[in-house]
Amino acid sequence: MRMAIGARYDASAGRADVDPSAKVLPARRPGEAVAAVALAGPATVLLLLLFILPVAAIVAIALTDWQFGTKSLHFVGLANFEGIFADEAFVASLRNTLVYVSIVMPGTVLGGLAIALTIESGGTLRDFYRAIHFLPFMATLAAMAIVWEALLHPTIGLVNGTFAAIGLPTANWLRDEATVLPVLAVIGIWQNLGFAMVLFLAGLKSIPQDLYDAADIDGADRWLDRLMTVTLPMLGPVAMFVVIVVALRAFEVFDTVQILTRGGPGHASEVLLHTLYRESFEFLRAGYGAAITVVFLVIAVTLTLVQARLIDKRVHYQ
Amino acid sequence: MSRARHPLSWPAAVVRHALLLASGGLMLLPFVWMTSLSLKPPAEIFRTSFSLLPAHWYAIENYGKALTAAALPRYMANGVLVCAAILALQILICAPCAYALAKLEFRGRDLLFGLVLVGLLIPHQVLAVPLFVLGYSLGLLNSYAALIFPFVVSPFGIFLFRQFFRSIPDDIVHAARLDGLSEFAIVWRIMLPMAMPAVIAFSIFSVVSHWNDLFWPLIAVKSPNLMPPALGVAIFRGGEASTEYGPLMAGAVLVILPLVLAFVVAQRWFIEGLTSASLK
Repeated sequence: MRMAIGARYDASAGRADVDPSAKVLPARRPGEAVAAVALAGPATVLLLLLFILPVAAIVAIALTDWQFGTKSLHFVGLANFEGIFADEAFVASLRNTLVYVSIVMPGTVLGGLAIALTIESGGTLRDFYRAIHFLPFMATLAAMAIVWEALLHPTIGLVNGTFAAIGLPTANWLRDEATVLPVLAVIGIWQNLGFAMVLFLAGLKSIPQDLYDAADIDGADRWLDRLMTVTLPMLGPVAMFVVIVVALRAFEVFDTVQILTRGGPGHASEVLLHTLYRESFEFLRAGYGAAITVVFLVIAVTLTLVQARLIDKRVHYQ
Repeated sequence: MSRARHPLSWPAAVVRHALLLASGGLMLLPFVWMTSLSLKPPAEIFRTSFSLLPAHWYAIENYGKALTAAALPRYMANGVLVCAAILALQILICAPCAYALAKLEFRGRDLLFGLVLVGLLIPHQVLAVPLFVLGYSLGLLNSYAALIFPFVVSPFGIFLFRQFFRSIPDDIVHAARLDGLSEFAIVWRIMLPMAMPAVIAFSIFSVVSHWNDLFWPLIAVKSPNLMPPALGVAIFRGGEASTEYGPLMAGAVLVILPLVLAFVVAQRWFIEGLTSASLK
């Protein structure tokens, strides 16, 4: 559709009698400002009310001792930030989140890359393989978490049944401090793998055929040679991008923790968004929860800005 | 295809299919297990030997219980209502703004686009506490409105539509104005129909996000009558059915089924819609 429009546009632009300046909208037509206010006004007001104002508010609330349901509110400076970093539960939450991300990110990126390369190496059933690997990414995670709980059940779960049959150690995966976080990370990888795969597949498509032809002439005509000399070097920028996007998604882990473990046992699977939710909406400590939110915001904004830089540098695949 | 000049030798092709079937099988395992348990009676679920198909079919009992005991139809209807309302309002509010940003000259345009970019930076969970306070002070909490209002404007929607509208030639806008169309009519009758690929991609992104969302509904509503599917199925599990895997799995199947069916029908659109959000 876009191509059809483009063709029409080019045809008219090629005519000698068309004034090229006519393609530019006349600046400041009378009434244009009025139209712009009417068109953009509602969105502007709502952006301010639902995004900008709340971000300012969260920073402000983080500097107070406010609790939901109370009228009193005092400015306490950075006391909440000192409080959260002295709080064993928050420090555990931050550490767990970093551990979770450091498992999910490489697992997802390397797994997604391996599957994308394997799919791309042949010509048959590409759409089918892409679809079955992508399915977990879009299936309701809250529902699938319950399925994982059944799979991981200590006595009737398929995981322990299979592990016992082939002589591997079994465990009460979600109730054991040593296994709970890695197991949640496996679910995270399972969910995001197809997403990374799709981004890599698009990156693979954008590698110019010329490079493969040139590699052929230079004698790099085996699959592994072409992989090492052309594919992987050309995929570097896409990989950087996928790393950031997956890290961002991993930082936002919440559904599986809320449904399966509630941060337990102990604080073994406490993660940032879950701590934020608990402090703010279960313990109603708004100021304290807001300080956690600010920490989360700083991490997310930093990652997003790095990602935006990568896109601006045209190191993505389109 | 681009690499077809080097077709795989047949052993390599066999290895490729074997690897992909193995990894694909692992990805699908939870779906298969879920379906299998949803068909079995409790006695077979709690047996330690495994079989894919039940010896005694128990589908009617399990699905019946999920549909009656758990208010699952209500949760799904809530999901449809909330997703439809959010999407309609998002398009209604974002498309005109995107058109103004793409095609009109006005003071503050760059500032407004800056606002949109700031909005893109912010993960929505960060807004939860202030939006909860806002919802409380407006008396919106524990209502459909509570589930909808934080999402009526989407910075991503504005951004995506603006990108697409910019690629539509100005000549078309001129011609429409000469034909006497108002600016609003240009948005609805010219721009949006031409930007259908962007509209479809955004719609899939929006509906999938909000059908699956657990975080905000958990905060916004307490009444089971208002719960969307993800929250509903979580409550179902936490309640009396916590050990009744049969009905629980049947409920999970029903919650993910609409999206999975749509995905099977429109795979390419889904993949484009769900990945476009990270390429913003």
